[in-house]
Amino acid sequence: MTAFIQLDRLSKHYRDNVVLENLSCKVAEGEFVTLVGASGCGKSTFLRLLLGTESVSSGQLLMAGKPIEQEPSPDRGIVFQRYSVFPHLNVRENVVLGIEFVESKWLGRLFGKGRKEALEKADELLSAVGLEQARYKYPHELSGGMQQRLALAQALIKKPKVLLLDEPFGALDPGIRKEMHDLVMGLWRQYGLTIFMVTHDLKEGFHLGTRLWVFDKVRHDPHAPNRFGSTITYDLSLQSKDKALTIAAIDEINAQLQAVE
Amino acid sequence: MRRLINLQPNRVLKIALGIIPFLLILLVYQIGSDIRKAENEQDKLLPSFAEIAAGINRMAFEPSQRTGDYEFWEDTKSSVKRLSIGIAISAVIGLVVGLAAGAIPMIAAPLSPLITAISLIPPMAILPVLFIVFGLGELSKVMLIVIGVSPFLIRDILQRTQELPREQLVKAQTLGGNSWQIILRVIFPQIVPRLLDAVRLSLGAAWLFLIAAEAIAATDGLGYRIFLVRRYMSMDIILPYVVWITFLAFTLDWCLLKFSRVVFPWYHAEK
Ligand SMILES: Nc1ncnc2c1ncn2[C@@H]1O[C@H](COP(=O)(O)OP(=O)(O)O)[C@@H](O)[C@H]1O
Ligand SMILES: [Mg+2]
Repeated sequence: MTAFIQLDRLSKHYRDNVVLENLSCKVAEGEFVTLVGASGCGKSTFLRLLLGTESVSSGQLLMAGKPIEQEPSPDRGIVFQRYSVFPHLNVRENVVLGIEFVESKWLGRLFGKGRKEALEKADELLSAVGLEQARYKYPHELSGGMQQRLALAQALIKKPKVLLLDEPFGALDPGIRKEMHDLVMGLWRQYGLTIFMVTHDLKEGFHLGTRLWVFDKVRHDPHAPNRFGSTITYDLSLQSKDKALTIAAIDEINAQLQAVE
Repeated sequence: MRRLINLQPNRVLKIALGIIPFLLILLVYQIGSDIRKAENEQDKLLPSFAEIAAGINRMAFEPSQRTGDYEFWEDTKSSVKRLSIGIAISAVIGLVVGLAAGAIPMIAAPLSPLITAISLIPPMAILPVLFIVFGLGELSKVMLIVIGVSPFLIRDILQRTQELPREQLVKAQTLGGNSWQIILRVIFPQIVPRLLDAVRLSLGAAWLFLIAAEAIAATDGLGYRIFLVRRYMSMDIILPYVVWITFLAFTLDWCLLKFSRVVFPWYHAEK
């Protein structure tokens, strides 16, 4: 396997709070990795390392063979659980902003013909996420599910190589979540993305990805809970034909997660 | 019987209950005035409503014998002008400095301790300095408002800017925005309605500084007038002036709120 994203004995700590410890892994381009684990075990921290808003404490995190850039950039898109869209812009403007930033250095705003072309591109993406009817609405007029669709469209206009999703559907109703799953799977195939998605819903993790990571601590110090960090305790390929093995693994992981929480 | 904490007045009752205290004040005033007038025909402390009406008429609808102006309207014009200029300048300073410091840590580091220190200076204490430096003209009155109000605005805007969700700024960076573009397209438009909120909160202080400056050194203005006629115990002029100032303050506040609601509906929906 050629590694697109590579973790090499990666650790992350905040002062004396060890969050992640000794992660080593390779991820190929086009994989869909879902991350599960108890609350506070460092899943979001790992995404922030990929995003570049945090840096590794030791070890390496490589993308295409080079250390990950230490600032967010358009090759790594993100959708958070909340606050991913701009409340003062309507749906179209939210998506067009990504084009305007590139084409209008000083004003960050397009006019006339340039704007028209950009709007057409945005409308294409809005159709892809099923928001063409809501083009002129503001985020506060959208449901939670529609806001997340918008956040996806906004990220995709940059044609990112990697898409990071931090519990993107955690605040949505179960019925709507199903629709969103189909949408994400579709977008993943259509745009050839490499996706890292954090979820607290284990079923979601199994259903969506090509690969499931379980984050957990392997060592515990009862007197100093922060002394040891989490690592990837399970790295399951979900494309394996052996469903029985997978199901057995689900049960075990479930039991383990419940024991932690 | 429902609990008291669950009883809600309906619309009509709510308005009626709101008006009652005002009517009561007028009634108590009338009674007080009558009692004093019965004792002393010449009493000036609580003039009758007829005397107040005459006072208003003299100031607002008859030209002054001395200058030929309608003094009430001239006073209003001067005061509102000073207040508007003072607030406009303060708002611009608050927006530019607060936003720059809130968005750029390298600007906040040297600036925020300084702003905190400046905001602790009682503006009235440096009023003499303003008179010495800027003279007794319009500038020093406007400057008092600016000095009194802008540190508050800067601090408020700085904080509002820092309170914008981090997620938005990260998202904007993943969309390829540079610092300037993010400030211009993401931060600035979201801070403007918050600036209007801050300005509304600072209006009370602005009026205070305006009236103080006018009372001390001016030749017209609402504050100048009430302090001038105080010498003659002209309550028939002071009282309507105070009511008028209150009305102006209320109107300005109301207009800012309406404006904000119309122009920034997304902001008011969020709250
Ligand atoms: N900026 C930070 N400074 C200090 N500690 C942090 C910071 N961010 C996260 N942490 C700590 O890292 C741990 C993991 O947090 P997080 O990655 O958000 O967990 P998860 O997303 O798995 O619920 C927590 O114990 C949290 O307190
Ligand atoms: Mg998290």
